[in-house]
Amino acid sequence: MHTPEQKIKEIEKQEYEDLINQAKPKPNLARNMVWAFVVGGLICMLGQWMINLMLSRGISLADASSATSCILIFLAALFTGLGYYNELGQRAGAGSIVPITGFANAIVASALEYKREGYIFGVGARIFSVAGPTLVFGFVIAVLVGLIRVFLS
Amino acid sequence: MPGRKKRGQQTVVFDNPPVLTAWAAVVGPKEGEGPWGQDFDYVLDDYLYGEQTWELAEYKMLRETVKMALNKRNLLPEDVDLLLAGDLLNQIVASNFAARDLEIPFMGLYGACSTMAESLSLGAMLLDGDYYERVVAAACSHHYTAERQYRFPTQQGVQKAPSAQWTATAAGAVLLEASGSGPGLKGVTVGKVIDMGQTDANDMGSAMAAAAVHTIKTHLDDLNLESDYYDLIVSGDLGQVGSSIARQLFVRYGIIDPNYKDCGVLLYDQSQAVGSGGSGCGCSACMLCGPLLKKMQKGEIKRLLLVATGALMSPVTSFQGQSIPCIAHAVAIEMD
Repeated sequence: MHTPEQKIKEIEKQEYEDLINQAKPKPNLARNMVWAFVVGGLICMLGQWMINLMLSRGISLADASSATSCILIFLAALFTGLGYYNELGQRAGAGSIVPITGFANAIVASALEYKREGYIFGVGARIFSVAGPTLVFGFVIAVLVGLIRVFLS
Repeated sequence: MPGRKKRGQQTVVFDNPPVLTAWAAVVGPKEGEGPWGQDFDYVLDDYLYGEQTWELAEYKMLRETVKMALNKRNLLPEDVDLLLAGDLLNQIVASNFAARDLEIPFMGLYGACSTMAESLSLGAMLLDGDYYERVVAAACSHHYTAERQYRFPTQQGVQKAPSAQWTATAAGAVLLEASGSGPGLKGVTVGKVIDMGQTDANDMGSAMAAAAVHTIKTHLDDLNLESDYYDLIVSGDLGQVGSSIARQLFVRYGIIDPNYKDCGVLLYDQSQAVGSGGSGCGCSACMLCGPLLKKMQKGEIKRLLLVATGALMSPVTSFQGQSIPCIAHAVAIEMD
């Protein structure tokens, strides 16, 4: 059970929390959403444009999709290395994280960051330090969905 | 029985106030572009400072800052009895490595961003206790070493919360001597660790404001001072958000109209995209060893209370959902 001292401490903490909630600047949701929508949309449009271009040259949809992913990943890696992608991320937020380019950025940024600790304990050990959760839960969901499909069919 | 020099709850005053006889501040490019660029001794051209890694750059920055401070008094590292320094890196390596090169007897400190006040406090006590003649108190931080240790890889495209702060690339060092000419260190208030249950590592200013105001209130009470006794009470790195909370807490605790500012707010221009303001050990260290002590020397500030604030969590405790314990130490510096 709570002693009176603990109760007072709890109340003080709650009052402090209220004070902070008043003072803390709120993220500008409208602006952030517009940025995310426009940047995310442009990245996807770029991808779609590449696919359309390749389809029009007679490449199959499967090949065009794979090639487009590769090109987008390459571009994101390049611009991460040149130091532009994080500048974009500051403004675009989820708009530059959610597309495949965000995933490339997470991996390349880690690789660049830990290169100074060597290729084994630096790059090798920590390249997935940010992208790791995406991979792990991606695999887990893939297995679950696969199982559901097995049971349903 | 309380110590002979202790006053009130947490404050000590000195019989022979140690003197800040020389000081130096080195800052990174971004800090150099801020409003106080002219007041620092050296502004780095880039964040690597001619080294292979940011960690090496950080330790070199600290080492050179100490040397610059000593140079101003024509002293060499071997003339100094003790180096007290700290930084934000794991195992405070920047300070350890700087101490290795300087070959000054060394005690490493960790007080997160409160380190400058911690090193000054301890140095002053050791001098007033007649143990030493000359002590160097120093602290440093580097934006990119902190970023990669506490947050994300630096090229990761993430959006910062508006309350998040920018770790300063900066180092400051003060040469404290038992006697000499310069501002005197009259007393210190050692802070308690205060935890108001805050868990947002993107808003450390808010968490630390409570500790800062607690230490300021205790200092004024312990010494029976009016709230406008100091020409400037300057907190370490509360930022815009934290210092606005501190101002509200002043009202709550009856500290009337103190001349209050925050180093994290002062260090940068509004236009520099630093979120809520600067942070890091170097933030209060370079503001003190750059513009603030310069103003004291010119007589523009006579009485200064430096209240450096530190958030005492680690990435591990944050991920484990623990709240952020905070500390603030106050150092009273007065020009006779």
